[in-house]
Formats: sequence, C-alpha cells, structure tokens
Amino acid sequence: MASTIVIKDVCKSFGKKVVLNHIRLTVESGQIYGLIGPSGSGKTTLVKLIVGMDRPSQGHIHVLDTPVPHLNLLQNIGYMAQADALYTDLTGEENLAFFASLFKLKKEEQKKRIAYAAELVNLIPHLKKRVHNYSGGMKRRLSLAVALIQDPQVLILDEPTVGIDPELRQSIWAEIQRLKTAGKTILVTTHVMDEAEKCDRLAMVRDGEILTSGTPAELKERYNITHLEEVFLQTGGKNA
Amino acid sequence: MRALALVKRIFRQMMRDKRALALMMIAPLLILTLLDYLLSSNEVIPKLGVNQMDEPLSEQLENMDVTVLPYDQLDDIKKIMIEDELDGFLHMNGEDIQLTLKNANPSTANLLKMKVQQAIAAENAKNQAIKLSLFIQEFQDKAPENLNKLEQGKLPEIDTNYIYGNKETTFFDQLSPILVGYFVFFFVFLISGIALLRERTTGTLDRLLATPIQRRDIVFGYLLGYGLFAIIQTMIVVFYAVKVLDIMLVGSLWNVILINLTVALVALSLGILLSAFANSEFQMMQFIPIAIIPQIFFAGIFPVEGMADWLQMIAKAMPMYYAGNALVDVMYKGLGLNDITFDLLILLCFALVFIILNIITLKKYRKI
Repeated sequence: MASTIVIKDVCKSFGKKVVLNHIRLTVESGQIYGLIGPSGSGKTTLVKLIVGMDRPSQGHIHVLDTPVPHLNLLQNIGYMAQADALYTDLTGEENLAFFASLFKLKKEEQKKRIAYAAELVNLIPHLKKRVHNYSGGMKRRLSLAVALIQDPQVLILDEPTVGIDPELRQSIWAEIQRLKTAGKTILVTTHVMDEAEKCDRLAMVRDGEILTSGTPAELKERYNITHLEEVFLQTGGKNA
Repeated sequence: MRALALVKRIFRQMMRDKRALALMMIAPLLILTLLDYLLSSNEVIPKLGVNQMDEPLSEQLENMDVTVLPYDQLDDIKKIMIEDELDGFLHMNGEDIQLTLKNANPSTANLLKMKVQQAIAAENAKNQAIKLSLFIQEFQDKAPENLNKLEQGKLPEIDTNYIYGNKETTFFDQLSPILVGYFVFFFVFLISGIALLRERTTGTLDRLLATPIQRRDIVFGYLLGYGLFAIIQTMIVVFYAVKVLDIMLVGSLWNVILINLTVALVALSLGILLSAFANSEFQMMQFIPIAIIPQIFFAGIFPVEGMADWLQMIAKAMPMYYAGNALVDVMYKGLGLNDITFDLLILLCFALVFIILNIITLKKYRKI
C-alpha cells in the first residue's frame, strides 16, 4: 500500500516558540489515522501544514506523492477546520454550492454531491435555512458536508465531532468507516479517547512531539493498559 | 472561473444585507443633498447700526444687501451691538468714520467691512463726480463754444469676464465635483474593506484558501463582486448630483462617470488591502482618519499650488488629488478626455499597485 501522507522530520516555530518538534509520521492509503492530544499540543498546526496553509520551518511533507504546499493537491483534500467557517448569511445549500463551484464541479455533479453530503450529515430538511439559524451541531455537520463536497481522496478532519450529539457522532463515525472502505484516507484529530479506539493507527501528540504511535491494540499492549488515555499518564503527563 | 463563484456569492450576500446596501446607495445622496442646501443657501445679510449717516450712503448700503438701522443715542456701542445682534456699527462724525465690527463670525465681519468700504468709496466718487460736473458746467457756461464736448465724469465700471464658470458660480460648484468623487471613494472603501475583514475573522478565508483557488482569483472575485455594486453606486451618485441637484457640469457626463469608476476601483483595492492589516471592524475604522480623511484636504478644496513643498509631495501621493483634479477639469472647466488622461492613468496605477499588494498580502494566510 502506498503511503498517502508522509511527514519527514517537520519542525514549526512561531518566533521563538517551538510548536512542532521533529514530527515523523506516515499515513498509509485507506487508513483512519488519529492524532490524539490535549488542546494546545500542536495538532491543528500540523493539520494546517498538511493542508498547505503554512510551510514547515524545517522538514518535508508529501501528500499523494506530491510535495506540500501544492495548489492542485487541494482538489484531493477535504478539510474540515476546527472552527466552523461558514457563510452565515447564506443557506446551507448555498454554502455547499459555493464550495462545490470552487472545486469546479459541473452542475449535475454539484447537485448529486450536495444531495449526498447533506444526506450523510442529516441536513436535507435544513438546506434552505440560513446558516445563522443553525444550531452548533448543525453547523458542525454542514462543515463536514463541505469537506466531502468534491469527493476528495484524502480527508483531514480537525475535531469533527466537537459539539455533536452522541447519536449523530455514531453516524458520523459510521460514515468515516464507510469512506475508508471506499478507499479514502482519513486523518482525524480528536481529544475524545473512545474515538481513538475507532482509528486504525494512532499518534499521541503532546507539546509538539509525538509521544508514541501504533495501532490501538499495540499501544495498549506496549503500555500494558486497558484504556488509551493511560498512555498519557504513563509517558509522563504534565502533572505526573 | 473560480473568481465568478466568489462574485456570485458576494452578490447574494450583499442583496441580503439591506443595511450595507442602503449605506452604499443612499447615504452619499443624503450627504450631497445636505451639503448642496448648506453651501448654496443665500448669504447672510449683515446688520449694521449707524449714527449720523447721510441718506445717500445709507441707501447705497441698503442696495448692497446690508440692513441699516439708525440709532440716535450712543451710550455704549458694545452693549447696543450685542443686545440688538448687530454685526457692525458705523459711527460718522464728519470726516471721521469709525467702524466697530462684532466679528463673531469672521467671514460676515469681513463681508460687512468690505461693503462699508465700497459704499463709502462709491459715495465719495459720486460726490467728486457731482462737484466735477458742476465745475465743468460753470466752465461751459463761460466758454460754451469750445468746451461743449467735454464729457461728464462717470463712475468707472469694470467689465468682468470669466474663463471658467460665471458670476453666478458659487463655492459649491467648484467643490461639488470633488465631493462627488470623494463620496464614491469613501463609501466604496468602507463596504469593501469590511467585507473581506468579515471573511477573515469568521475563518471563511482560511476555508476558502483550503480549496484550489488562487490568491489572485480571490482578489479579482472581490474586485468584481463589489465592483458591481460600486458601479451602480457611482452611477446613482453621479446622476443624482447632475440631474437632481443640478450641479454644474460643463464637460461630458461620460467622462465624469469614467473618472468616478476609476476612483471606485482605487477605493475598492485600497479597502481590501487595508483590511488585511486590521483584526476587527474597529481597527478598520481606525484607518479612516489616517487613510481616508486626509485625502479630502488634498483633493483641491484648498489650492495645492499654494502649499508648502512637503505638503505638495503628500498631495501627489494621494489618489484623491488626481481624482479631484480630473473631476474639476471636466465638471467645472469643461475639459475633455485628453486633458484628464494623465490623471486617469495615475489612478489606474494606484489601483494596479494596490491589487498586486493584495495578492501578495494574501500570502499571510496561505503560503502558495
């Protein structure tokens, strides 16, 4: 299997503050890869480097064998930011249509993809409503639908299930699994540990460094634990 | 083209934002109307109190739009003037003339002083002429045959010609072309600057940059999207000024529109550019006293030729200097396209530089 995301020895600092310190990470094609860590650990910075919004201070990133940043690569990356970035004065459908046209989808294709993405996140009945009337969870779901709109090869989801009720969280994870079987590669950041169990591979991030990585089973075995959060305690938490 | 998707979106958003639309379309008209009434309203008629004045001089003053109020007693001139709201008091004692001005408003005071001087001079001249003609009459009586062709003394009259405008021209006629351009500049700047700012603060700019859109497509999308509204606004302002307020327009209306559209383009690109350096709406407002207000001082309201060298340098770095110049040339002086080409080119250069800087500053948000 080819590696979809390869991160080689990446450092990133803003001024004197080092945010990412020699990150090495490989995501194989068709995997669900979880980046787990507390807030402020550098997950979002790493995600932004992978998407190509920012350049690493040192090191290289390749996505789909293309060096990042690369404009055409963005056609194949579905990105869901941590904060909902939606046009609140437009309706849900208009938001989806706008992003669809940025990805240059044809009219027919647009309609199909909008219907598919909206169906997936249970927003069909709300498509004609303006986004500023949406609840927090609905906005989150619309953001996910936007990330899926162009049918990308790679999905990068920054805390996708924050503010979403448990039932919908289940259905979103079920869909992430389904996208995986369709051959998509998915990188998810989260700080919810039971979501970590659903990933194929995990990387534990803290203070800009990867503490450890492997499959959930490997990690449990390695540290001789039953719950994944214990990894953080064992590797020396801030309070330990 | 991805820029077109942006244009469509901006159009939709704008049509739903009724307040912004009203600010852009109606506010400039309100201000122009108000100014039109304020500046072309009739001039003040000064009130002058007088003491021991000849009938002819008083008539002369009345003819010059001065209200003359005779007073017999003179206890305290200052008190009389303040209580009766007089602008001046003229006390005549034979050849000794004393004028007291209230000077609460210097321009009224100057006007009154000028009128009094003119009236007295005219009166004197008339007296001289009468004396002279009497003298000539006497002379002619004594030697009628030789001197009957001697003309009578007349008041000299100046025949005034105007190259631009006419004697009816008011300050507003020269000012209004500049104001039309300035309001287009100001309101386009306001709306476009805040629009991109909102895109940034809500995070949608980041999201936008996570799509394969090119930076220049974003800038062009914004220019086109808001340009559409700027064009409509410019048309409304220009037509309103010329057709409704009947502002003096000697040259071609199309040239006026052309200049204003160029001004709108400069304002649009400047607004989007400056908004990249503001983190909130309030910070955007902070640019107004720095970048927008000073423009009006150098747009031609105060003659730039008379300014100190360093001020002239500043003037020449301001887009409104060229816009004001071109607008006065066309609307007031009636010059043609050839005479404003230079100003238009400079304005386009400003716009081009701002657009390029825009594309570069977007690198702050995405490195590619």
